[in-house]
Amino acid sequence: MAYVAGILFSAITLIAFFIFIKKLGKIARNIHLGKPLQINDQKSTRYKHVLLLALGQKKMFRNPLVAILHLFVYVGFIIINIELLEIMIDGIAGTHRIFKPYLGNFYDLLINSFEMLALLVLVACVIFFARRNIIKLKRFNNKDLKGWPKSDANAILIIEIVLMSLFLIMNATDTEANYLVSSLLKPAFEGFQATTLSAIEHTAWWLHILGIYAFMNYLPYSKHLHIILAFPNAYYAPLIPKGEMHNMPSIQNEVLYAMQPELAPVGAAAPEKFGAKDVMDLSWKNLMDAYSCTECGRCSTACPANSTGKLLSPRKIMMDTRDRLEAVGKNIDINKQFIEDGKSLLHDYISVEELRACTTCNACVEECPVSISPLDIILELRRSLVMEESNAPSEWNGMFSNIENNFAPWKFSPDDRDAWTKQD
Amino acid sequence: MKVSTMAEFMARGEKPEVLFWVGCAGSFDQRAQKITKAFATILDKAGVQYAILGKEEACTGDPARRAGNEFMFQMMAYQNIQVLNGYEIKKIVTTCPHCFNTLKNEYPALGGVYDVIHHTTFLQELIELGKIKFTDSNEWKGKSITYHDSCYLGRANEIYEAPRKVLESLEMELREMKRCKSKGLCCGAGGAQMFKEEEKGDKRINTERANEAIETKSDYVASACPFCNTMMTDGIKNRPEEVKTEVLDIAEIIAKAIQ
Repeated sequence: MAYVAGILFSAITLIAFFIFIKKLGKIARNIHLGKPLQINDQKSTRYKHVLLLALGQKKMFRNPLVAILHLFVYVGFIIINIELLEIMIDGIAGTHRIFKPYLGNFYDLLINSFEMLALLVLVACVIFFARRNIIKLKRFNNKDLKGWPKSDANAILIIEIVLMSLFLIMNATDTEANYLVSSLLKPAFEGFQATTLSAIEHTAWWLHILGIYAFMNYLPYSKHLHIILAFPNAYYAPLIPKGEMHNMPSIQNEVLYAMQPELAPVGAAAPEKFGAKDVMDLSWKNLMDAYSCTECGRCSTACPANSTGKLLSPRKIMMDTRDRLEAVGKNIDINKQFIEDGKSLLHDYISVEELRACTTCNACVEECPVSISPLDIILELRRSLVMEESNAPSEWNGMFSNIENNFAPWKFSPDDRDAWTKQD
Repeated sequence: MKVSTMAEFMARGEKPEVLFWVGCAGSFDQRAQKITKAFATILDKAGVQYAILGKEEACTGDPARRAGNEFMFQMMAYQNIQVLNGYEIKKIVTTCPHCFNTLKNEYPALGGVYDVIHHTTFLQELIELGKIKFTDSNEWKGKSITYHDSCYLGRANEIYEAPRKVLESLEMELREMKRCKSKGLCCGAGGAQMFKEEEKGDKRINTERANEAIETKSDYVASACPFCNTMMTDGIKNRPEEVKTEVLDIAEIIAKAIQ
């Protein structure tokens, strides 16, 4: 019987990992639809960012209370995964707590700390669930999250609560075990027959590990993917001052050749299209940003446009980018290559009004705990609007022509630029 | 006031210590001209040998670039870099955080590499070097003030301390708004918003920020950007009740106290 269970478990494990890795491959492919961007400088600073921002969750501590609760869930998640190793070996080999004889007292210490963490995760998830559904925190009940994103967030919390409960029930019904937290649950199972207890323990064991495999395969479809992508995203985070916009060498050269035609190479290729109209026009980092977003909404809360009722929401910019990228990915899955579908990120997902409201203040970039820049995407889309579509409000067109003719955004005579020196 | 241009320095065969990049707001906007004159006065009194480009200065291209018009930005950058490199400029000080950001961070990739410094940092240095001496009757002493962080100085370039240190050197009582430093709320002017109407919303951004400033019940609001100055002044003016709080640039405050 144990033999059959071992084979069944091994098969399920293989299938779970196979599906998961295949889906991750698709996500990697989608990210690589973005434009190339060389990021291989300052490696030590980048590793420091991974340690501080991803592992150390530095930005989360801008709100210490939430940061600590989040840390419980995060540390609990990572450390309890060590126990998963034993669970998997037990499953394959048909053993029961295979590490116990080898580790002795240290084993008990480990399981006791796992149980403590499991309890902390459980409590934190219940609080998080309450913040979303009972206290109804504004940033979690915003129109950005209507429908699937809201259910996604709740599903993650419920799954974690269930998984932790199963882990504790499993230990509580193990007659040979007596651990800190699960022993408190033992009275609930008092008077149960040994066979019943064993059946509950086995069921909890199976549900727990199957739940984890299911959760793993849910990740790529969920905002929860940030638990993986926060790390590379911190590594590849821009190290330039936040105020610096990406240069466009193609236009720099256009201007240079217009001013100094003798420098123009013979038969210079016409520049590619300007800015970004669709996800393929963004950089792969922008696209990884989109998959890294956990839709927490710190960006939109800090956004001056969003908080004064404008349509712009940096969180929605990231969610739209991911949705569009997923749609493009599906298109490729079906057609083997991207077949024009008459849609684009600009206009069909993100409207002109949203883009126009941005003050480029960098509050969204500053707030993001996982090093996302919604601003970068906004600015690339604005470039496409103005340079590909000549789509600018009339005041901006006036400003452009003033700069061109009067060298200032207002219509003053350039001769009066030093007029202030003659005033008293 | 007598301000020499780079062309005049060149004609005399001399070079100034620093170029004062005035910027479009500082040159043309009536309110910002006062900031420009205050800063020029300080430079004179502190004995700093400086020049302006005068009629040869042009928009850095910042609002065009942020609006999406990279061509216009590159045109302006090309012209300005030609002029600046022509004069072999090494050091630039500017009273505008937007010019500061563009000159410091965006021109180097285009061949314009200078030591660029914002006037608040420059003032802090002059005070520390003892080149700025305050009058004995320091009228600012004990007055309360709240400093509004400019996004292009703060988050964009992580300059939070210099303006505050300058105010503290005058023994002013610095009161922080609930959102300050890296959490500071934008005035609403950046990203070329200064040059267009705000999009539809519940309220204006500068109203929101002015309210936060007023909540500190400070005598003054300090700014370090001509655009923030305009936005904050308008935000305070548009309140239903009359508020006496005055918005002043850090340079204007120093200019009034300098010996």
